[in-house]
Amino acid sequence: MSTRRTLLTTRRILQQLRHDPRTIALLLLVPTALVGLLAWTLANRPGAFDSIGPKLLGVFPLVVMFLVTSVITLRERSVGTLERLFTMPLTKADFVAGYAIAFGALALVQSFLVSALSYTWYGLAHQGVPWRTSVVALCAGLLGTAFGLALSAVAHTEFQAVQFMPAFILPQLLLCGLVIPVSQLPAVLRVIADVLPMTAAVHAIAPLQSNWYYVGQFAIMLAYILVALVVGAATLRRTTK
Amino acid sequence: MSNLMGQSTQSTIDVVDLSVVRGNNEILKSISFGAAPGELIGLLGPSGSGKTTLMRSLLGVQATTGGSARILGFEVRSPLLRARIGYMAQGSAVYLDLSVEENVRYFAGVLAEPPSEISRVLDVVALTSFADRLVSSLSGGEQTRVSLGVALIGSPRVLILDEPTVGLDPILRRDLWRTFDELATAGTTVIVSSHVMDEATHCARLLLLRDGQLLFDDTPASLLVTSGAANYDVAFERLIEGTR
Repeated sequence: MSTRRTLLTTRRILQQLRHDPRTIALLLLVPTALVGLLAWTLANRPGAFDSIGPKLLGVFPLVVMFLVTSVITLRERSVGTLERLFTMPLTKADFVAGYAIAFGALALVQSFLVSALSYTWYGLAHQGVPWRTSVVALCAGLLGTAFGLALSAVAHTEFQAVQFMPAFILPQLLLCGLVIPVSQLPAVLRVIADVLPMTAAVHAIAPLQSNWYYVGQFAIMLAYILVALVVGAATLRRTTK
Repeated sequence: MSNLMGQSTQSTIDVVDLSVVRGNNEILKSISFGAAPGELIGLLGPSGSGKTTLMRSLLGVQATTGGSARILGFEVRSPLLRARIGYMAQGSAVYLDLSVEENVRYFAGVLAEPPSEISRVLDVVALTSFADRLVSSLSGGEQTRVSLGVALIGSPRVLILDEPTVGLDPILRRDLWRTFDELATAGTTVIVSSHVMDEATHCARLLLLRDGQLLFDDTPASLLVTSGAANYDVAFERLIEGTR
C-alpha cells in the first residue's frame, strides 16, 4: 500500500465530484433539508424533534454514502477504469482507502452542515454533545462508504446496486430504535438490533450514557467499517476467470 | 533488473501453449507466439475469437488455465510488469467526468511518472488544446486518443491496444495507425487487435485468431500469396475453410 497512490486516488475522486455539482448538492442539501422537514412536521409536539432528530444524524450519512459509493465504484468496473488501474501499480488497499478518505471527508462536511443547522435554525435542544454527534455522523458516513464498496462486488449493475439499498438499509432502519426503542423489541430482534451498525450510530448519539457505553458503540461502528473495507478490498479481483 | 536489460535485443513477448478454459468453453487453445522490439503486430479475428482474452492474459488480469506467457522476461502476473505495459481496452476506460489533463495526471501519478510526462503524452496524441475539456464532452475519436494517451504514459516497451480503431472515421484510423507505426519504429512492441480484416495492411505481422485458435502467424503479404486471395477478407475466409 502506498500513501501517495491512496491520496492521488482521493484527489481524483474529489475532482470527479467537483465536476458534478448536482451530486454534491444532493449529497449535502438533501439530508439537511430532510432533517429540517422532520423538525417542521414535529413542530406541534414539543420535545419530539429533540429525541428523533439526533438519531437521524446517524442514519442519513449512512444511507447517502452507501448509495453514492456503490454506484460510483460500479461505474469504475463497467467503464473499465478499474481494470486499467489493475494493470498499473495500484493496490486494492490504495483503491479502497482512497475512496474511504474521499467520502469520509464528504461525510464530515455533510454532518457538520446538518448538525449546525439542527442546533441553530431547526431549534434542536439535545442534551448530547455536538462534537460527539459530528463524530457519529462521520462514522455513519464511513460505514455507508465501506458497505457501498463491499456491495459493489456483489451487485453487477448500478440498477442492482440501487435495489440493494432497501434490502440493506430498511431492516436496519426498523431495528435501530428510530421507530420503536430497541429495549422494547422482542428478545431475538433486540439481540440482532444491538449488533447492527446503524443501531450503534443511533446509540452513540443518545444522551446521558456512561463513557464506556459510548466507547462500546464507537467500537462496534469502527469494527464494521474495518471489516467492510477489508471485505471490499478482498472482493476486488485483479484477475477474472 | 539485469534480466530486464538483457532482454532488450531479444524477444519482448513469449507465449507458449497458453490456454484459457471458462466452464466448458475453451476460449484460447494452446496459443504460442513471440514478439520482438519494434514489431507492429495485428491481432485479427472475428468477434468472439478470443482476441480480448488473449490481450487480457498478456496483461495478467485474465486467469489462464495452461501454458505460460512472459513479457520482458517476467511472468505476466508479476507486479513488476505493471508499470511497463501500456494498455488500451475496448471502450475508453478513462474517467468521463474528469478533464483530459486530470485523467492523464492521475494515471501518471499512479505510474509514478513526473508531471512533464503529462504534456508530452498530450502532445503525442494531439490533445494539448483539449487539456481542460471534460472527456464526456469529447467525440468518440477524441476519447480514444485520451485512452491511447494514458496507455503511452511512461513510454512502455510493450503496447497492447484492444480494437483502438473501431467505430472511427478513415482519417482518424489512418492517423492512429501512423502513430502505432511511429511507436513501433521507435522500438516499442505494439499489438493491435481488430475485427476488420483490411486493417492487416497497416501491420508488419499478422496473428489470425478464430475460435481461440491461432490460424496464421506471418506477414500480410504472405497471407495473400498463400491464400491466392485478392483481399484480406477473402484470404481469411479461405484460411478458415482450409482448416475445416
